[in-house]
Amino acid sequence: MGLLKRKKTDFSVREEHIEANLANSIVYVRNLQKVYSSAKGSVTAVKDININVLENEFVSIVGPSGCGKSTLLRMIAGLETATDGQIVIRDRNIIGPGADRGMVFQSYTLFPWMTVGNNIKFGFKLRKMPKEQQEEIVNRYLKIIKLEKFKNSFPRELSGGMKQRVAIARALADSPEVLLMDEPFSALDPKTREDMQLLMRQIWQEEKPTVIFVTHDIEEAVFLSGKIYVLTSRPGIVKEEIPILLPYNRDLSLKDTEEFVKLRKQVNAFIEHGEI
Amino acid sequence: MIKIKIRKEISKRKYILFAVLSFLALLVAWLLASGSGAIKEIFLPRPGSVVTYYLESIKDGSLWINAKISIYRITLGFVYAVILGIPIGIMVGTFKKWEAVIRPLCEFIRYMPVPAFVPLIMVWVGIDESAKITVIFIGTFFQLVLMVADDARSVPDDLISAGYTLGSGTGNTIFKIIIPAMMPRLMETLRMMIGWAWTYLVSAELVAANTGLGYTILKSQRFLKTDAIFGGILLIGLLGLITDRIFAFLNKKLFSWAEGGR
Ligand SMILES: Nc1ncnc2c1ncn2[C@@H]1O[C@H](COP(=O)(O)OP(=O)(O)OP(=O)(O)O)[C@@H](O)[C@H]1O
Ligand SMILES: [Mg+2]
Repeated sequence: MGLLKRKKTDFSVREEHIEANLANSIVYVRNLQKVYSSAKGSVTAVKDININVLENEFVSIVGPSGCGKSTLLRMIAGLETATDGQIVIRDRNIIGPGADRGMVFQSYTLFPWMTVGNNIKFGFKLRKMPKEQQEEIVNRYLKIIKLEKFKNSFPRELSGGMKQRVAIARALADSPEVLLMDEPFSALDPKTREDMQLLMRQIWQEEKPTVIFVTHDIEEAVFLSGKIYVLTSRPGIVKEEIPILLPYNRDLSLKDTEEFVKLRKQVNAFIEHGEI
Repeated sequence: MIKIKIRKEISKRKYILFAVLSFLALLVAWLLASGSGAIKEIFLPRPGSVVTYYLESIKDGSLWINAKISIYRITLGFVYAVILGIPIGIMVGTFKKWEAVIRPLCEFIRYMPVPAFVPLIMVWVGIDESAKITVIFIGTFFQLVLMVADDARSVPDDLISAGYTLGSGTGNTIFKIIIPAMMPRLMETLRMMIGWAWTYLVSAELVAANTGLGYTILKSQRFLKTDAIFGGILLIGLLGLITDRIFAFLNKKLFSWAEGGR
């Protein structure tokens, strides 16, 4: 953890555009590097990653399998320590996990012994929030994810899509400064997945969370995001930053428009051949 | 087309029926083997004489006295192992430093033959009740620590990570995530361990006792009272089965949230 501290913040000239935006930047990742060392040797998972996420921005990270997307997200979450570089959330150096960064995982991570309501309240209880306030926020988020009727259900009674909706609500209910999502919909069937994309977009339009969203699915990334970072493989480097200039109000019909298809192809072109 | 048979569910009634049948089959085999005269009574008693033995020892009160003292020993030995073993096991499964200190040691000790310790234990703690309790404790404790550690270790990393991102620190993560998440598996572990405890009870009583079910078996052996040997063995089996069922029942009642979710 200490290794992040020893690096002094140094702004080089090359990154003016990042610097210019720094005022309203929430997540600021600078020259980030991660090397996994093991008995078999060391793997550089990501190298020289520079990312800047503005307040209320929805940013996606796409790239081939194994390019270090999860590693990057986990470092921002503080679950993994960086080998080198710097992560700043507002004005704090990240040296460990905290409730200021919520995360939704690919696997189902609801606490199975708690009801849906208590899952969402988990963070509140840790912070000893007054009871009425807890109920109020829980009810509000259950409404947003359209699961009011399931407040007292246990996770095993929910479908995969419902579980992920609760996981999103649980992460958002803590009002994190940034919501990190690592392929949250990839275990779902195509239809549920599209429903989730639409819901996610609605949530973003209404609640305006700052989101960093990792996905394999370019269509999903284009549909949801305001900006996409394309990573290359081994070691993961930011290859391109693509602004997604699509209408603000989006529904699934957008996916058939010419603009959308063009953008999708544009992003696709930056990704190396082979499996994504 | 393939007919799916592997792990296919059967109705509860069918399950119970088959279970009862297997017990009946055993009883019939026993009746036939002992009744046909092919095997001498001294090697295999008739079920009738075992029943008679039970009736007699219930009448003179010895069955209850011996069962009571055995249950007492097993409960204490097991409770001590659990009180000490569960917290240590959780620490071993949670912190690598604890693992490094405790695991190799436990792996080593658990392969030592506990019955061989019995004479030594008598020297160390005397020949009273504490000796038997110690045997049961030693027999179960080291195994328990390792199994509890595995239970703690089996809590998915992502569940713990999710807790961290919700603001849960080390203490909260252990008490509010790891421990509740491992509960169903822990109950299964305890259920298995109580089985081991019954085995060690017999070891303890075979050597160092003048009461208890294990002792009864040993004494009967000296006089070749096969019916009493059988009676003792069957009773221990039955008591073991009852404790096992109690644990299974508790697990189902207390941790219904985990059903099928593992
Ligand atoms: N704990 C670890 N130890 C060693 N190497 C690791 C570890 N975690 C990840 N890696 C390596 O780091 C690289 C990036 O992994 P990461 O999981 O971040 O990729 P990803 O982009 O999320 O892949 P995917 O799209 O398949 O989820 C891979 O080459 C992987 O083998
Ligand atoms: Mg990944």
